[in-house]
Amino acid sequence: MIQLLRRLVLVLIAKPFARLVIGLDVHGEENLPKNGPAIIAANHNSHIDTLILICLFHSRLLPKIRPVAAADHFLSTPVSSWFYRKVVGILPVNRKGGGRGEDVLAGCKEALARGEILIIFPEGSRGKAEEMGAFKSGVARLAETFPEVPVVPVYIQGAGRVLPRGAKVLVPFNCSAIVGSAFKWSGNKAGFMDQLRSTVETLRSDAPPLRWL
Amino acid sequence: MLSTLPLPLTVGFAGLLVLLVLGSVAAIVLPRIKPGKWDDLVPRMRSWWVICLLVGGALILGWQVFTILFAFISFIALKEFMTLAPTRREDRLVVLFAYIALVASYFAVWINNYAYFLVTIPVYVFLLTALLLTLSGRTEGFLATAGIMQWAMVVCVFNLGHVAFLMRVPAEEVPQAGPAGLVFLLILITQLNDVTQYVWGKLLGRHKISPRISPNKTWEGAIGGFLTTALVFVCLAPYFTPLTLWPSIWVGLTLPVFGFFGDITMSAIKRDLGVKDTSRLIPGHGGALDRLDSLMFTAPWYFHMLAYFALERF
Repeated sequence: MIQLLRRLVLVLIAKPFARLVIGLDVHGEENLPKNGPAIIAANHNSHIDTLILICLFHSRLLPKIRPVAAADHFLSTPVSSWFYRKVVGILPVNRKGGGRGEDVLAGCKEALARGEILIIFPEGSRGKAEEMGAFKSGVARLAETFPEVPVVPVYIQGAGRVLPRGAKVLVPFNCSAIVGSAFKWSGNKAGFMDQLRSTVETLRSDAPPLRWL
Repeated sequence: MLSTLPLPLTVGFAGLLVLLVLGSVAAIVLPRIKPGKWDDLVPRMRSWWVICLLVGGALILGWQVFTILFAFISFIALKEFMTLAPTRREDRLVVLFAYIALVASYFAVWINNYAYFLVTIPVYVFLLTALLLTLSGRTEGFLATAGIMQWAMVVCVFNLGHVAFLMRVPAEEVPQAGPAGLVFLLILITQLNDVTQYVWGKLLGRHKISPRISPNKTWEGAIGGFLTTALVFVCLAPYFTPLTLWPSIWVGLTLPVFGFFGDITMSAIKRDLGVKDTSRLIPGHGGALDRLDSLMFTAPWYFHMLAYFALERF
């Protein structure tokens, strides 16, 4: 039942919003995975990044799409916890769990084993509008555990203008999502992270010009 | 509602349908004869079908639907402009204000208040934009930003708003084909002008008008297009407008010139911003601004010429 409702919200609200209000233009649609398991790795500037990435997929895949998100941020109240876990379908990660020796990525690994599509923002948090911060290596650890799972890099442009970190109102601007071709675990962490970073940088240069002075 | 459709408009829609069908047939046949050259004709024709169905449908359904459609078209155009143009981080809320100004301007069309329409964007939104920009406190790029915002709102909202306002002409003033007939002719002539200039340019084009802005525009294409469009306009005007012969010749000769300059102005802006198309919204055409550029210039001129020569209302 809730899956049907989620699908209706996606098709009737989220997708028309993405198309009309933020004019989402997808380049490289053919590079998107047709099925799970897969890891989508994108730059992160705005809460609407998640919405954009979910809208890239056919609504049929919606039950499989799991945005990985910080538990401390999204599960702070019972209402938001219910909304983000059940409606958006996030996979909460305990950012501070690492220190206690717990495997913070256990949930992600289970999801990949179930054949789900993870949405990961390697920057970890949204950072400054339309700028890209350092990538964290959690995504490399996942790729190492699942070397056959394709990692699909995506560069999102414009979301940082629509709804930057700290902004309260949404202002319509057109956004683009540039999907790169998938690659897999390369055998070493540094090499993998370099490849991911440079691929996203390349995708960024393919995006239409953006002047945000 | 179709039964009350004026005869010229019915014939006009029928003619349009024939053109669409012919174009679609060409889109299927031509790529088979000469592969590679006509590949974008299929998406281009599909987009024409959507455009014609949307605008034609709204014309038939009346001014309310048409005003909403044009407010939406203005929104898409304004958003495209704001996305491409340089904007400062501090000015997000001023961009939001531009969308609010759009609603205020189309509200004037809705309540049929022409005086309010005339002062909204060019006077009060102009002043308020500058006022809001000062609140951000950043001086570098101030004048450029104010100019960009104003430019965007005038072409995308004020100028296009004239098309919607034409639907508010009282029916008794335009017994020929009603207000919808006025709009139909404006849009038909504006698009025909683009097409005939292109065709004459392909056939005879030699001398470039402005190689740096728009290398495909030639004197032969422009003049051939102007004259063809003027001829069609003068032939159709008696069926769609209250214009008499001499005014219709004057409008027929000047309207295509406005269309031409709308096109070339948008080309200059695109060159300035370093893009070929303003977006990829309309498959085969480019962005909304690529399709609307001529109409942004022809609409106010057509409106004012009708008002001057024929309409009591304005």
